[in-house]
Amino acid sequence: MARKDMRKAQDYDDIPGTFVFDAERSRQGFGINMFCMSLMKDENRKAFKANEPEYLKKFNLTPAQTEAILKRDYNRMLELGGNIYFTAKLGATDGHSFRHLAAVMTGSTQEDYADMMLKGGRSVEGNRSKSGRPAKNILVAAGKPAAKPKASKPKSKSKARSKRG
Amino acid sequence: MARIIAGVASSHVPAIGAAIDNKQTEEPYWKRVFSGFEKSKEWMAKAKPDVAIVVYNDHASAFSVEIVPTFALGCAAEFPPADEGWGPRPVPVVKGHPELASHIAQSVILDEFDLTICNKMEVDHGLTVPMNLLFGSPKEWPCPVIPLAVNVVLYPPPTAHRCYMLGKAIRKAVQSYPEDLRVVIFGTGGMSHQISGPRAGLINSKFDKAFLDNLTRNPKKLTKISHLEFMREAGAEGIEMVMWLIMRGALDDKVEETYRFYTVPASNTAVGHIILEPKNKAAGKKKPAAKMKRAAARVKPEIRRSK
Repeated sequence: MARKDMRKAQDYDDIPGTFVFDAERSRQGFGINMFCMSLMKDENRKAFKANEPEYLKKFNLTPAQTEAILKRDYNRMLELGGNIYFTAKLGATDGHSFRHLAAVMTGSTQEDYADMMLKGGRSVEGNRSKSGRPAKNILVAAGKPAAKPKASKPKSKSKARSKRG
Repeated sequence: MARIIAGVASSHVPAIGAAIDNKQTEEPYWKRVFSGFEKSKEWMAKAKPDVAIVVYNDHASAFSVEIVPTFALGCAAEFPPADEGWGPRPVPVVKGHPELASHIAQSVILDEFDLTICNKMEVDHGLTVPMNLLFGSPKEWPCPVIPLAVNVVLYPPPTAHRCYMLGKAIRKAVQSYPEDLRVVIFGTGGMSHQISGPRAGLINSKFDKAFLDNLTRNPKKLTKISHLEFMREAGAEGIEMVMWLIMRGALDDKVEETYRFYTVPASNTAVGHIILEPKNKAAGKKKPAAKMKRAAARVKPEIRRSK
């Protein structure tokens, strides 16, 4: 059997702070997303809440995927093949708003995140490329790529693990 | 003969639906968003389409990761609102138009667009939010709807060019339908937004404005935008904008911009909206041209921004 976590390099891997849910991640993350989908049913939400590790055994997850779910590490879930529309269902099961998830993923507070959005959102300037490769755009010419992308890593990881609902 | 009388594009932000359902539309934050659709609702009330084709995407509601169709056409008689985790939205059941839908399916498949046909399907906020924005919140939707669900969740979605060409095939299909139906086509989703990962919150108004500008006059340029450019410039989820090109492809090559609205943000998203009509509007209207001119004059293009 091919290694589950192997991943081919893709042009979009150069976009900082972004885990593109592609065919490969979809294959790897099938269990994560099916687990999240199961949370659409109330009886499943209750069973999950009653014993999380036990409930997760039904979904053929890797140890890393199980850990990411138990720790509510939303970025790690995306990296291991989760998709945001699915993982948001886990957030909802915990009683969290989407803003909470956004704050966790961006390593900011909910207030700071909401404030950034009100001010027009995160700028694309400095957030185009990890490598600094110039962007060949059809629509709007990109400015000079900044040396260091701003949205590389969330500042605090502890936030992602604080609330277990 | 059926014909397409207008194209409408609109974001389908779920929080907009929640604001409607929770009666928050008068709160300043939301009023800014909803006020941009007031004129559109007036326009739609006058346009009175017989059928609406709504191009949208499902968000892990009707389709999980088990089956991911690239293009799925709703041919059922009705489409119940999906339970997206908080119970189904309190909106009317969407009535279909199975005759026209199956005609479109047959026509575009023979034109080499391999659609999936859905004879049973639930629809989520991706479809119902733009309906609310253009039709308001009536007890029953004023016209039948043909949902066209496009995969933009699992990469790669269909390319911008493929979407544009599908629009053209849909146009041909509609025009070969014998009944005299006036059809409005919706492209939904976008504009720039990213809701996943550390880069969440990305907005690119420059990109969005250029997209809106080119949509009217130079859509072919937009068909050349790569997926990489969409995701990098407009956010990982901004790639939804390929769906607007299905709408645009279904219209005349030359169209007029009847109305435009743009505001940032609605929750995590830049809200964009545009109404496009054929240059020779008389062709798409029931009523005398003079009367419609007055109606059109009341709906001038407009941009609002909050920053």
